[in-house]
Amino acid sequence: MLPVSYYIALSAILFSIGALGVLIRRNAIIIFMSVELMLNAANLAFVAFARSYESLSGQVFVFFIMTVAAAEVAVGLALIVAIFRSKHNIDVDQMSSLKG
Amino acid sequence: MLLSEIATSGPSFFYLAPWLVFFPVIGLLINIIFGGRFGEKLIGSVAATASGLTFVVAVLLAISLRAHPEGTSILLAEWISIGELHLDWAFRVDTLSVTMMMVVGGVGTLIHIYAIGYMHEDVRFKNDPGRYRRFFVFFNLFIAAMMILVSGDNYLMLFVGWEGVGLCSYLLIGFWYDKDLLGRPSHENATAGKKAFITNRVGDFGFLIAGFIMFWAFKSVQFDQVFEHAHHVAEHNPGIILAITLFMLLGVAGKSAQIPLFVWLPDAMAGPTPVSALIHAATMVTAGVYLVARSAPLYSLVPQAQNTVALVGGITALFAATIAVGQYDIKKVLAYSTISQLGFMVAAVGMGAFVAGMFHLITHAFFKALLFLSAGSVILGVERGHHHAAHGHHDHDNHGHDEHHEEEVFDPGDMRNMGGMRKTMPVTFWLYMIGTIALAGIPPFAGFFSKDEILAEANTLNFPVYILLAIAAFFTAFYMGRQIWMVFFGKARHEAAEHAEESPLIMTVPLMILAALSILGGALNFPGVSTLTHWIEHTYETFHLHLHHGEFNPTVAITSTVLGLLAIFLSWLLYGRKPIAEGQVDPLKKMFGPIFVGMENKWWVDELYWAVILNPYIALARFLADTIDWKFWHDWFHNSVIARGFKVIARTLAEPIDLGFIDAIANGLAEGTQMISGSLRRLQTGFVRNYALSVFIGVVVILGYLILK
Amino acid sequence: MTTDLILFLFLAIISVAAALGMLFSRNAVYSALYLIVNFVTVALFYLILGGAFIAVSQVAVYAGAIMVLFLFVIMLLGAEELGQSQTLSWQRPLAIVLGVGLVAEILSVVLTQTGVIASASSLPEGFGSPASIGNTLFLQYLLPFEVTSVLLLVAMIGAIVLTQRNKKDA
Repeated sequence: MLPVSYYIALSAILFSIGALGVLIRRNAIIIFMSVELMLNAANLAFVAFARSYESLSGQVFVFFIMTVAAAEVAVGLALIVAIFRSKHNIDVDQMSSLKG
Repeated sequence: MLLSEIATSGPSFFYLAPWLVFFPVIGLLINIIFGGRFGEKLIGSVAATASGLTFVVAVLLAISLRAHPEGTSILLAEWISIGELHLDWAFRVDTLSVTMMMVVGGVGTLIHIYAIGYMHEDVRFKNDPGRYRRFFVFFNLFIAAMMILVSGDNYLMLFVGWEGVGLCSYLLIGFWYDKDLLGRPSHENATAGKKAFITNRVGDFGFLIAGFIMFWAFKSVQFDQVFEHAHHVAEHNPGIILAITLFMLLGVAGKSAQIPLFVWLPDAMAGPTPVSALIHAATMVTAGVYLVARSAPLYSLVPQAQNTVALVGGITALFAATIAVGQYDIKKVLAYSTISQLGFMVAAVGMGAFVAGMFHLITHAFFKALLFLSAGSVILGVERGHHHAAHGHHDHDNHGHDEHHEEEVFDPGDMRNMGGMRKTMPVTFWLYMIGTIALAGIPPFAGFFSKDEILAEANTLNFPVYILLAIAAFFTAFYMGRQIWMVFFGKARHEAAEHAEESPLIMTVPLMILAALSILGGALNFPGVSTLTHWIEHTYETFHLHLHHGEFNPTVAITSTVLGLLAIFLSWLLYGRKPIAEGQVDPLKKMFGPIFVGMENKWWVDELYWAVILNPYIALARFLADTIDWKFWHDWFHNSVIARGFKVIARTLAEPIDLGFIDAIANGLAEGTQMISGSLRRLQTGFVRNYALSVFIGVVVILGYLILK
Repeated sequence: MTTDLILFLFLAIISVAAALGMLFSRNAVYSALYLIVNFVTVALFYLILGGAFIAVSQVAVYAGAIMVLFLFVIMLLGAEELGQSQTLSWQRPLAIVLGVGLVAEILSVVLTQTGVIASASSLPEGFGSPASIGNTLFLQYLLPFEVTSVLLLVAMIGAIVLTQRNKKDA
């Protein structure tokens, strides 16, 4: 069995890539996908620790996170669709009317 | 139970004393609240009943006093309690106060009844029947105030009554405040009321000072306590008693119309005649006499004060009597006569003849009320005749009612318009005759006994005053004779007098009662029997004050009677033998020229007061108002000093301090905030990725900090 | 041990490569496909770590349902590619530096404190099986489970409301 730290390191890398995606990409859908990637990184850490501590709670949490992610995607994509209807664009940089 | 039984078995009705005040107050409240729905008769009845009940109470108190002559004090409530001053609202019932109560209640009730008839006509001649109720409200208020005055157990309560009657006097003198004596629109009556009130203020000032000194010296203004310590104070510091009594004399001079404050009383005749009779002849004006009689224990300690009082009374008696000779208005003659008679009383109580003064007070109340009310009856009779004559002309000329308002100015009180009224008003004539003889001091009428007692006392106690009073008595008989001849004898000098009509019974019956009292009043203190002396002595005995017992002096009595008869004869020679005709100059004027002009013009006392006091006072007031207050204080001080100074201060505060400093702080804060927010708002790019970056920076930095910690 | 390591490294490289591919693809459809690859490798990691049920769920829910939804929306909106934009050009280098910094921080913690986190070599029978997950879920986490169902319902209604065309606009 590999040390759990390997998985944590992988999880950190994947999370950082997701975060970079949020910061770099302008496409709202890709930003969304990056968020999903970050969630997955967190899930991986959960499962790794569940294995390490031999506790099923970690896996159950992953289950919950999946559900929340599903809900989030449903609402988020609905929002994107709604925004697209009015702006005909999903570039987040175009949606900057709340500036100071 | 019969009254005599009560008197002997000695039950006490003292507890009824507060009702002396309650009854008239209830009466006036009834008239104020419900009077609007009452008829005139009911209003008058309520008021007269209230007044009558006080007389009943006074009689019951007198009966109680026969069994307990030392009197008592009925506590109603604790009144004032400040520091050393403890005053109760207590009613003093002793022979002196009860005597006053009976006079006030008795004469007051008769005049109330008379007023029911008099005011009924008066309000119609003056075209304002709505004031009928007001008159009786004031009248009851007067009775209440007068009862407080005479029943007070301390000087302050007496002062409350003193001011109360002053107020009623003011209200009733100015009863027709929007008219003058002849019923024309004018401020004349209101001015007369004001004059009475202000003149009395001068006297009240003296009374107040006396009260303050009294409290300072005795630590009390309660009668018993003051009189008890009077001896003690007089031994150590007689000046204090002298000051108190002399300042009190000023109050007496104001209320009882003595020199130098008598000028208000003739003007007070502006009030309706019952007012003149009740307030300005029978009761209120005698309050000064009562005050001196009440303060006898103080006055008897300082002979200087007694002499001063006696002299003031004597001079006033003579002075006013001479003025009365030169007057033409029937009520003015009686007014000066009242001043003169008050002078007799004041002289009497000043000499120490307290009982003689009180005796004259009582008889004077009878016959002067009688004379005034009869004069009122005469005036109304002439008014009736005048209206009758006026309407008669209308019928004759077919002019209709418009003419009514264009009547010539006619003074129903001017004796020069009268004459021959013996035939048109026979009842009034006889009543007037009785009053005149009583006042002139012809035996056996009441005036003879009381005046003679004063003269007899003066003869022994203070001879100069006796001379003054004797001459005054001569003049009294003369001007009353003159009045009788002018009013009732000869021929009518005006058609109004010719058509005069007799007054109704409601007016004449009270007059008959008063006439009976004027005839029989002398019996109260018949020489040798001296009922009143023994009665009032009870009061003074409590203060160990022994009265001088005046002896009946036949010389004095005969002298005064002869003088009186002589005066009447002289007046007959001048006015009766050959009645003056219409428009004729007064015969005395031909004989004495300038002296009579002086009498006619009241010795120019009013003019003197105007010149010496009022005009300088008005000038001073105007100077203070115009120059000091308006020009100096308002124009210069306010506008130049205060307003300008304020502007300077305000400008200093406004420009450098407010604008320069305080505003700078506020503006600086605002500008700073604006500047900071201006730079900070750039952080709000609106780009969601920027915000995410901020969060990410935060995460990295905080995590780094935790690791490196 | 070595087999495990080789397998891990193999899968990890694929996973990171797929993530980077997702990150840098111009075309959103490619991004989505790369993400599916990443999800599948992560599911394999779950399997290695003894989470059989979770691994299956991962493939079914994420790689299946969610990613299909993504692709569907991309196709629907025709938003595969965006035009060039020069806004926030400075953000990209800063973000990369920060990302590297974050990885460095986490790695420094994880690698220096390996000893603390021990790891059992063998697992108890049935760990991560559907039955055991179900037991934990319905015994220990019943209330959160039910709340999750409500959450899904709300999300469903929300999605419908948000995408519903306004009748006035139509």
